[in-house]
Amino acid sequence: MTEIDLSDSVTEEDTQKGRYLTFTLGKETYGLEIRYVTEIICIQAITELPELSEYLKGIINLRGKIIPVMDVRLRFKKDYCEYNDRTCIIVININEISVGLIVDGVSEVLSIDEKDIVDPPKINSTFQNGYIKNIGKVGSDVKLLLDCKKLLSEDELVEIDKAIS
Amino acid sequence: MSNYNSNDALLEVFIFELSQLINQLEEQILTNEKMNYYSDSAVNEIFRIMHTLKGSSVMMGFENISSLAHSMEDLFYYIRRDGGQAIDFSELVDILLECVDFLKVEELKIREGYSLEGENSELLKKIKNLIPTINKEIKVKKIPCNNEILFSPISSQKDENNADHFYQAHIRFEDEISMENMRAYSIVHNLREVQNEIYYIPLDIIDNPDSAKIICKNGFYIFIRTGCCYETINNILRKALFINQLDLIEISDAKEFKQQVELFIQEDLMDEKIEIIDEQRDNVFEIRNEKSLSMQQNYVSAQESSVSMQHSFFGTQENSVSVQQNNISSQNNHFSTQQNHNSSQQSIISVNVTKLDKLMDLVGEMVIAKAMVIQNSDLAGLTLNNFNKSARQLNKITAEIQDMVMAIRMVPLSTTFHRMHRIIRDMNKKLGKETELIIIGENTEVDKNIIEHISDPLMHLIRNSVDHGIEMPEERILKGKSKSGNITIEAKNSGSDVHIQIKDDGKGLDRKKILQKAKENHMLTKTEEDISDSELFNMILSPGFSTKEIITEFSGRGVGMDVVSTNIELVGGSVSVESIPEQGTTITLKIPLTLAIIDGINIKVGSTFYTIPTTNIKEFFRPDITNIIRDPHGNNMIMVRGQCYLILKLADLFEVKGASSDFSNGIMIMMEENEKIICLFADELLGQQQVVVKTLPDYILRSKKIKGISGCTLLGNGGISLIIDVAALLRLDV
Repeated sequence: MTEIDLSDSVTEEDTQKGRYLTFTLGKETYGLEIRYVTEIICIQAITELPELSEYLKGIINLRGKIIPVMDVRLRFKKDYCEYNDRTCIIVININEISVGLIVDGVSEVLSIDEKDIVDPPKINSTFQNGYIKNIGKVGSDVKLLLDCKKLLSEDELVEIDKAIS
Repeated sequence: MSNYNSNDALLEVFIFELSQLINQLEEQILTNEKMNYYSDSAVNEIFRIMHTLKGSSVMMGFENISSLAHSMEDLFYYIRRDGGQAIDFSELVDILLECVDFLKVEELKIREGYSLEGENSELLKKIKNLIPTINKEIKVKKIPCNNEILFSPISSQKDENNADHFYQAHIRFEDEISMENMRAYSIVHNLREVQNEIYYIPLDIIDNPDSAKIICKNGFYIFIRTGCCYETINNILRKALFINQLDLIEISDAKEFKQQVELFIQEDLMDEKIEIIDEQRDNVFEIRNEKSLSMQQNYVSAQESSVSMQHSFFGTQENSVSVQQNNISSQNNHFSTQQNHNSSQQSIISVNVTKLDKLMDLVGEMVIAKAMVIQNSDLAGLTLNNFNKSARQLNKITAEIQDMVMAIRMVPLSTTFHRMHRIIRDMNKKLGKETELIIIGENTEVDKNIIEHISDPLMHLIRNSVDHGIEMPEERILKGKSKSGNITIEAKNSGSDVHIQIKDDGKGLDRKKILQKAKENHMLTKTEEDISDSELFNMILSPGFSTKEIITEFSGRGVGMDVVSTNIELVGGSVSVESIPEQGTTITLKIPLTLAIIDGINIKVGSTFYTIPTTNIKEFFRPDITNIIRDPHGNNMIMVRGQCYLILKLADLFEVKGASSDFSNGIMIMMEENEKIICLFADELLGQQQVVVKTLPDYILRSKKIKGISGCTLLGNGGISLIIDVAALLRLDV
């Protein structure tokens, strides 16, 4: 679990570059770099674990693999929304750590040109936009492009990096 | 160093072999130290170990290891020659152990991928100094050369077969690859499978480092009689690395072949005899370095230069046959305790542990898949006689496979136990104590993963026993005990656990001191009089707890016992301490046989499933409400057969929603761990299942360690069940 598989991400980078999986949370549309995405599954029975942060809903059984799932709504401090048949789990894999993200619904895979990607507004240092890496413009719509690594919480990822190095 | 990065697989094998050889060597040295005498078989065994070590380290390009092995070999040559008399044993053993330590450090370096810069000249010098002391006054008693054996190095079959072909191969290696002799040997080794008779020139490629130079100069000649065709032989030869030039000639008939071979050997023999007469055996070491090249103009001059002393000394015993056996005997060594294991040829292969882990995982998946099929909800309510019959068959086979896989992973504790000899020996020397180690039940087997976790704790416990427990010899005599102290390590099976007991007959734990220390550390929860011996003694397991005023090399920082308890708990075991003043201390480690698959009882609380290891369960019962007592703090207790137990509501503990809080609706599970008992209240009892333990995802473990849950498992229906860590629950609440 502590190895980084560089070879895969390098060879596949060309076809995956600039492509984003978009999903919805309430009214907003978010984008995830597609190279992190392993698969998308519908909502499953989640086994809850005690003592975890509210946004970590528990664990699921993905074909014999146990992976944790995180409710992105709760992660972004939005209201909890009852899961329905549109609710999806996006399984992402960062540095060999698989996590499922519970989202309202998955929209599509988009290619966004680099020129259409801008930095998020920087108003002051306390402004909380840590999870948003960039903002992508597609036609008249705006997609919020997520920083997957930050999503797994900064402190935790530092630890993960440490464990890897 | 040479190209060891490119050869990972080879390196892995080398490291495996190296560590095994080191262990073997250490064991040999220590058993012999006790007897104060090196028996022939022991010397031969050590000799063989050093020889294999030398060969393989030269092959891998680890020069400092090979040179050390070489000089150790020299040392044992002398010991062998004069029958192990006239040696200062303690000095010898010290040096040998120093060498072993050096090898251990080097092994670690190779493992970690560091370059080997270990300086061994100091050791080499020591060994050299030792040799003259052994060697003085001893004259050469016999001419240790048996040419008959020497010149038919490998010949597996003697019978003549007309279908055989005869070949003569002349090989030249690329320039400056070094260790030509070892590469040549590997070629011979490759050919071994197809050959009926094989001769090679130079003959002494294994023993004589100078043969590399000869090969370099003249090339390497092989004569082979084989049933295989030209193509096969050619292919085998071409497989070898770094070959520059290869001439393979078929010799038409047996007579000519014989003649050719004889011609070569004759030349060789002549030369050797001259050498043997010429050289003085006592100054081997000067001569080895000089090259006494006596070149001949003949075409057959491959062998002509310095037929080394070494060759003539060692040649008889150390030809390739013994090398071949080495690998086999080194693996058997696990199972042989004393020196008389003259390679009883068992068929043992070494397998990479990751492959076994993978196999284990797969079997785990299979067990779950089997449960999914047999307990499939689609089958509910149907009468399926034939299906049930087949299902039973499947059950039986999967259970057998599972047992077998577990058995493969089982390793006897003997290697771990025998390592303790060394620790005791070193400590005895340093502290001036006399301690004997007695090992009982070393053949008890434990899962490989668990063994890794218990060798450190064992070491700490042994150190503690010697340092704190065993008294100085004078003190022991005053007390009327035997002069030397005894430490007993005993392992035995008990149900699904293994109990390991470390027992010493020293002075025992000092209740007063521990009590005082406990007070200082504010660890006392009861009054001094109330606290029982066992409660108090178990406090020594907590971190930073040392009653020793002075920190020594061996103990006093209070880390050791903490390491013991954390390591043992990591594998789901437990530690308990007993002590009787002036009679000694006994520490018992209870360790589960295996971690991977356990028997468990599935229960349900709310909508979540939990699994409790069957070994922890004492009984289930429907609680009688009239027996439940509630104290002012809100704790519930229950009276069962006159005993009062604390009730733990799983729903409250794990904040499970939708669980029943009414005691009349659920079931009570009485659990025991370490003689502490607690009652767990759950909604529903689902049944018994063998479960495959999986750890929780790393992501969750990193963000928070969940108390009371040791892992999870998959249920027959694909759902997840959380495995309850009974020991942790008891710590949480009692």
